[in-house]
Amino acid sequence: MQKFKETILAPTLFVVALILLWEIIVRLFGIAPTILPSPLDIWKALLQYWGPLVSNSWQTLFTTLAGFGLAIVFGLLLGVFIGWSKTIYGALYPVMIGFNAVPKVAVVPILILWFGIGTVPAILTAFLISFFPIVVNVATGIATTEPELRDVLRALGASKLDIMRKVGIPRSMPYFFGSLKVAITLAFVGSVVSETVGSNAGLGKLMLDAQAAFKVELVFAALVALAVLGIVLYAMTAWVEKRMTGWAFRGENQGF
Amino acid sequence: MQHGEALVELSNVSMVYGQGANAVKAVDNLTLTVHKGEFIAVVGPSGCGKSSMMKLISGLMPVASGSLKLEGKPIAGPINKVGMAFQASNLLPWRTAVDNVLLPLEIVQPHRSQMRSKRAEYRDKARALLESVGLKGFTEKFPWQLSGGMQQRTSICRALIHEPEILMLDEPFGALDAFTREELWCMMRDLHAQKQITAMLVTHDLREAVFLCDTVYVMSDRPGKIVKVQKVDLPRPRDLDVTYTAHFQELVQELRSYIGRH
Ligand SMILES: Nc1ncnc2c1ncn2[C@@H]1O[C@H](COP(=O)(O)OP(=O)(O)OP(=O)(O)O)[C@@H](O)[C@H]1O
Ligand SMILES: [Mg+2]
Repeated sequence: MQKFKETILAPTLFVVALILLWEIIVRLFGIAPTILPSPLDIWKALLQYWGPLVSNSWQTLFTTLAGFGLAIVFGLLLGVFIGWSKTIYGALYPVMIGFNAVPKVAVVPILILWFGIGTVPAILTAFLISFFPIVVNVATGIATTEPELRDVLRALGASKLDIMRKVGIPRSMPYFFGSLKVAITLAFVGSVVSETVGSNAGLGKLMLDAQAAFKVELVFAALVALAVLGIVLYAMTAWVEKRMTGWAFRGENQGF
Repeated sequence: MQHGEALVELSNVSMVYGQGANAVKAVDNLTLTVHKGEFIAVVGPSGCGKSSMMKLISGLMPVASGSLKLEGKPIAGPINKVGMAFQASNLLPWRTAVDNVLLPLEIVQPHRSQMRSKRAEYRDKARALLESVGLKGFTEKFPWQLSGGMQQRTSICRALIHEPEILMLDEPFGALDAFTREELWCMMRDLHAQKQITAMLVTHDLREAVFLCDTVYVMSDRPGKIVKVQKVDLPRPRDLDVTYTAHFQELVQELRSYIGRH
């Protein structure tokens, strides 16, 4: 009961209150819909533009998930590779840091130059922006294997691959799944940013067009779609994390 | 007490970490013999090279000079004839106690290739081993469901499951409270008596060394060499009460006088 109050009731009430406040403020001060549309206006726009909103949401979802999928594959591979030995770690880490320091938005024009306006730059931006946290987390999980545990296994004649399979990779999994929440959010940002810079579909593109046409309520409706999509993506990865790495949350949900 | 033939022989062994100007000599001129079935302890000031000596015997580090033999053959690299347990139990949190104990069998031959066909048999063996150290009813629990003492018992079982020639314990009871520690002394004593294992214990606790062992070696400051060999002639089986006897105290005091002396 307490849990219901904390996790469902309280946030719902808060959101409802926020929407009401917004509606009241817009009406009270007579703010023009071209500056800040009221929740009711946005709701109407959502219904009116339902078709394009949904189709563009699918596009954004697709580029985000495609980029995210690439990031998982390459992030895991590179993470294991980097965690494999101190030497590889030392050699690649500075390069990775340098790469990560470049704002990915700056790369979008180059990607568009190479691949043309469309889906590919959005996928690649999502990928580039989101794979770094996966790599770092996986590599950290592997590299922090207790040296004594390594010794126990090495003394038994275990190869590096054995230690990786039995200890390194399993123990890096909570780090990996933990990084997915961050990665999916970043991939989403990457997709939308890339769509805004140069694309012919997606919620980013829809917002850009709506803004150019002064359809402010559609801009906000697209924002709502982005928020919903973002929350769904985050919740999905959070759920996967909880499911896959129960052992790492040892009895956290006990007590109380 | 009479022991079998020599199992581990170190003669004039020295060992070095690093190279050139950064080289640190960890042990020097180390000579000692561990006999089959013997329980020895190595004590000495912190940093004197006790853990390093374990790494030598388990083949994790090469000797710089001298000779190191196991069953008469020189040790050159890891040989799966040792089992190790440390102060931290280092159990895998995603495995139950029994699956943790099975880990070495997934690595050491011939068990490794028989793992699939003989899994049930191995599990029974691991379970029996855990039960023999008082973990009946806890074999299917995860490490976080076990107390520190239970985790340590599990860790020692993991070190024994592949029936190593020598069990190496590096301060295995160091992180436990005094009562649990004494319980585990008794467990170790019984394991040693039942299975006639050869064991080498590194410890900072002289009472522990005297209670459990047949021979106690005292090492000097780094680079460590043996400065005292103390035979413990207390009859076995030993009861915890023996630790209150005058003779026991004398032995402890005698050893104490060799530690940190220059
Ligand atoms: N990996 C390493 N690289 C370089 N020097 C090391 C390394 N491990 C240990 N040493 C050095 O070797 C010496 C012996 O270390 P060792 O760990 O064997 O000591 P110890 O007797 O086990 O100490 P303690 O009782 O504190 O565990 C120490 O002076 C330490 O600084
Ligand atoms: Mg040590």
